[in-house]
Amino acid sequence: MARDEFEAERTTYNFVGTRPDRPDGIDKVTGRARFGADMTAPGMLHAVILRSPHAHAKIVKIDTSKAEAAPGVKAIVTRADFADGLDGENWNILENVMAGDTALYDGHAVCALAATSMLEARDAAKLVEIEYERIPHVTDVDKAMAPGAPVIREGADDGSVPAGMHPNVVRYHESGHGDVEAGFAKADLVLEETFKTEATHQGYIEPHACLGHMGTDGKGELWCCTQGHWNVQKVCAALLGTETSALRVTASEIGGGFGGKTAVFIEPVALALSRKANRPVKLVMPRADVFRATGPTSPASMDIKIGMTKDGTITAAKGVFRLSGGAFPEAPMEFSAMCAFACYDLENVLQMGYDVMSNRPKQAAYRAPGAPMAAFAVESVLDEMCNQLGLDPLEVRLKNAAKTGSKASYGPRFDQIGLVETLEAAINHPHYKAPLAEGQGRGVACGFWFNHGGETSVSLMLSEDGTAQIAVGTPDIGGSRASMALMAAEVLGIPYENIRCVIADTSSLGYNEISHGSRVTYASGLATIKAAKDAVNRMCQRAAAKWGIDPDAVYWEDGYAKPSGPNAGEFDPMHITEITANMGATGGPINGHFEATPEGAGVSFGTHIVDAEVDPETGHTKILRYTVVQDAGKAVHPTYVEGQYQGGAVQGIGWALNEEYIYGEDGSLQNALFLDYRVPVASDLPMIDTVIVEVPNPGHPFGVRGVGETGIVPPLAAIANAVSNAAGVRMRQLPASPPRILAALKDRDAG
Amino acid sequence: MQFHSPTSFAEAAKLAADAEGITRFLAGGTDVLVQLRADAVTPDTLIDIKQISGTHDITRRADGGWDLGVAVTGAEMTEHPDLSTDWPGLVEGMDLIGSTQIQGRATLTGNLCNGSPAADGVPGMVTAGVTVTVTGPDGDRVMPVEDIPAGPGRTTLAKGEVISAVHIPPRGAYGGDAYLRFIPRTEMDIAVVGCSVSLRRDGDVITEARVCLGAVAPTVVLVEDAAKALIGSALDEAALDALAAAAEAACNPINDKRGTIEFRTEVAGVLAKRAAKIAYDRAGGAK
Amino acid sequence: MSKKFHVSTTVNGDPVEFLCDSRETVLDVLRDRLSLTGAKEGCGTGDCGACSITVDDRLVCACLMLGAEAEGKSIETVEGIAAGEDLHPLQKRFIEYAALQCGICTPGILVAAKNLLEKHPDPTEEQVRYWLAGNLCRCTGYDKIIRAVMDTAAEMREAS
Repeated sequence: MARDEFEAERTTYNFVGTRPDRPDGIDKVTGRARFGADMTAPGMLHAVILRSPHAHAKIVKIDTSKAEAAPGVKAIVTRADFADGLDGENWNILENVMAGDTALYDGHAVCALAATSMLEARDAAKLVEIEYERIPHVTDVDKAMAPGAPVIREGADDGSVPAGMHPNVVRYHESGHGDVEAGFAKADLVLEETFKTEATHQGYIEPHACLGHMGTDGKGELWCCTQGHWNVQKVCAALLGTETSALRVTASEIGGGFGGKTAVFIEPVALALSRKANRPVKLVMPRADVFRATGPTSPASMDIKIGMTKDGTITAAKGVFRLSGGAFPEAPMEFSAMCAFACYDLENVLQMGYDVMSNRPKQAAYRAPGAPMAAFAVESVLDEMCNQLGLDPLEVRLKNAAKTGSKASYGPRFDQIGLVETLEAAINHPHYKAPLAEGQGRGVACGFWFNHGGETSVSLMLSEDGTAQIAVGTPDIGGSRASMALMAAEVLGIPYENIRCVIADTSSLGYNEISHGSRVTYASGLATIKAAKDAVNRMCQRAAAKWGIDPDAVYWEDGYAKPSGPNAGEFDPMHITEITANMGATGGPINGHFEATPEGAGVSFGTHIVDAEVDPETGHTKILRYTVVQDAGKAVHPTYVEGQYQGGAVQGIGWALNEEYIYGEDGSLQNALFLDYRVPVASDLPMIDTVIVEVPNPGHPFGVRGVGETGIVPPLAAIANAVSNAAGVRMRQLPASPPRILAALKDRDAG
Repeated sequence: MQFHSPTSFAEAAKLAADAEGITRFLAGGTDVLVQLRADAVTPDTLIDIKQISGTHDITRRADGGWDLGVAVTGAEMTEHPDLSTDWPGLVEGMDLIGSTQIQGRATLTGNLCNGSPAADGVPGMVTAGVTVTVTGPDGDRVMPVEDIPAGPGRTTLAKGEVISAVHIPPRGAYGGDAYLRFIPRTEMDIAVVGCSVSLRRDGDVITEARVCLGAVAPTVVLVEDAAKALIGSALDEAALDALAAAAEAACNPINDKRGTIEFRTEVAGVLAKRAAKIAYDRAGGAK
Repeated sequence: MSKKFHVSTTVNGDPVEFLCDSRETVLDVLRDRLSLTGAKEGCGTGDCGACSITVDDRLVCACLMLGAEAEGKSIETVEGIAAGEDLHPLQKRFIEYAALQCGICTPGILVAAKNLLEKHPDPTEEQVRYWLAGNLCRCTGYDKIIRAVMDTAAEMREAS
């Protein structure tokens, strides 16, 4: 056996922590990388989806006869072309993918067609006659749970909802510990505030796109941009009524997802059209459809109450979180509730969540779903309390910070965690000491995310020349092919450049959960390390057989099998190339595998500092300086870790200042283009400084924690605090857009 | 969709006059193609005017004014060595439209004919006193730019009429102009409020002024009371306050995804003051 | 379907002919008729810059120009930036600096940045940020992109 223990003792690495070029780099800078819309097939048709222009309407009639007769049209599908008898989440997905008898939001798919060219498909779509009967709608989360609100779906609650609530409230969560009322009684200052945030979109630049082919025998091929192709395979098979293994799904390069491409929207439609036409069908979402019908976050309405003594000790904290996940029961209100106070070691804490249905698109995950809005509310109250008590906001956070062994606000005790280290790094950062000018304000905030393990399979295949291939099943959304190769290089002791990592299709590897929950570097990384060790074990066995000694007397170091000591015998170290060159004759190909559902993901914390300047005459905010401090456990590729921090922070800047879903009185989305859905542009921003803190995760061989999501948790709060401190007025609603800031200033001046 | 590339404006006007259904002229295309892609407006006839000779030229006239071909892009205006020395406000209004990429295609005339009250290029044209030649089936006529917009997405041009040239007056001595707009980001947004001021000084005293607001009414608004507030003043606080009050009074905005009535009205006054200060400094010789 | 247009143009230095419908954009033509899928459609409305190309050395969005307008023009796309196996300095820096993550915006940003450096070899950070304001990137927060462009500019100035 190889000596397994050397990794745990290891504090230095040969490959992990270096910054080599990514394997997909040249493809991506030359234009040859193939994304969702870049694939073609012989005989391919082009599809379009027709969508409801109404927020809530009965679908009275769909007349496709004129469209069917139009030039080039080969197939038209409606709900009747999908599987019957689904239940649970599969039914919800189908209901979203293609409306049944009711259109539930502006942009809800009702019909689709495929034709021999895109222009023919678009022209034919204009000939489909759909008769709607509009019914009352509601899009605001508070209004949706108020008496008299239109009911989205009767009987959708899961049994957890307290009696007497509106039927649009479909799930309830409660957690915490201690006695909050007793805690508030001990406080010198108790502050209770209400906050609102609007829905945002992940805003990936690549629209959803796929190319599918399915025969009437149910066998199919699908190419698509997704964060999880095994999930696509499973869902598509269910919605089309075929067997899961009959469909092979290949993940394209993915042009951004951030959680939004964990869901299935168009792939079953392309396959249904293809089955009907018996030809490959390409389906690419127009940008407006991406905004109207995919992935927004949940709008949130939140009440926060915190008690604090004069020295800054939090005595009790309570939060109520009302989120709407659109016309489907799945708003991540329990994540809001559970993350809200997780940064703090609290004696008394209580959090409650309500999942509320409304006439909005089905929500999808977006980086730490539910957590950023909760952090905004909680960290705003803390900031206000520090202002009122004259306390340093980071010192107060440090005083109350959760530590190793703290009982988390959501239940378990924390293993080794790094919040204190991020706070200390922030306090000691030059940014925190830098002077501010008149009209400028500084904001800080902490954030927490659980991180996730999940079902994972990895294979590692050795070639005869001693190089290796890794097949992973988690689409690369943050440079993970490089990270996998680095971790495998560390175990195998061969150069990074000698390892190629690919994203396998669903027929070439065991099941892999979606690339979500910041799980890829953790879980696929752990599985890659284990698969590499499996291969190393096999190589040690081959060396042992050649030397005629016990396999236990052989260990692996820096690419060589070595006898483990004088007792094992005197043999020259055997290089990997010597073993692989003859592997066909010494027992056959050498591959390593690992399949598991690792549970030790290791929670993650971050602390952000931001300076902002507000123009008091226009309400315009300029971000002057931004610093992200976050615990990575162990940064496998530090440059890519920085990239995650910077990207998360800037998405948070957008959410805090200008991004929002704007619905009209008629319930239609007013800003379904990048023109008016205002993501940050290059000229809006300063450089984003990063500090990587490394407090190892005991649940990973190299100490890795996921880093993808935590970076978006603090920014909403940090920016709201900076803006509030700069403008001298507390912003309790996001985005803190110029009209809202100017209105708040006028309200303040009016007393 | 019929696509034509005529080589003269007379031919373009005849094509438009004879066309059935929806007709659009194609200059930079940065509005026409957006509407086409969204299936919002699919013209039956699209007439590309960029093959007509002279449409890409920027020419200084003998009187010191300028003639602009209707296909001159924003980038070509910005890069011109002398145009923005004369009319910095007019040029910066055009330059603010969209991205570098948009600047490579977009034209002043297209911005005008799109009929948006939020068009960044138009207030500067109005305050500069720009006129345009309109070619129609019956020949040419010259119109002030402020007479072209008729409301959101509409112009006063009749069927078969096309703008064939843009005429900018001579700047003359001690004149200056400036255009400011408010957007939530720093780039890529449509103006929530826009304001252009052009004025002339005699020493410290303003002798001529024009003030035009964008995005606060169905069309851009030439605000005569705002001009009156400036003329005769040395841009003192009282004049600036009167200017802001006149600008606010001229607002008739809407609540929409880009801003509220209150916000637009308030910021119109703020921008009018700020633009007036810049124009005043420029008129005094400041760069 | 109306009658198609026959267009002769130059793409990345090569003479090209194609037929297109009057409604097809240059982006449609590049991707669907010429199999040059480097330019991406992120929005179709000129708001994201993922389809950035140059036409007669002028930076434009390929989605906002009709195929029929390409007659006689010279078009450059991301596929034409590298000279054979030699990457352009911008391409090298983008990989080295991780100025790309998902890579969907990268072709447009490289075309735009190359065009910037050809016109302004010594840009300020602010100039780079405003020049690239029409190229949305959702992964990087732009930090590493701006650094890559600035440092490439410095490197190219030294080399010239």
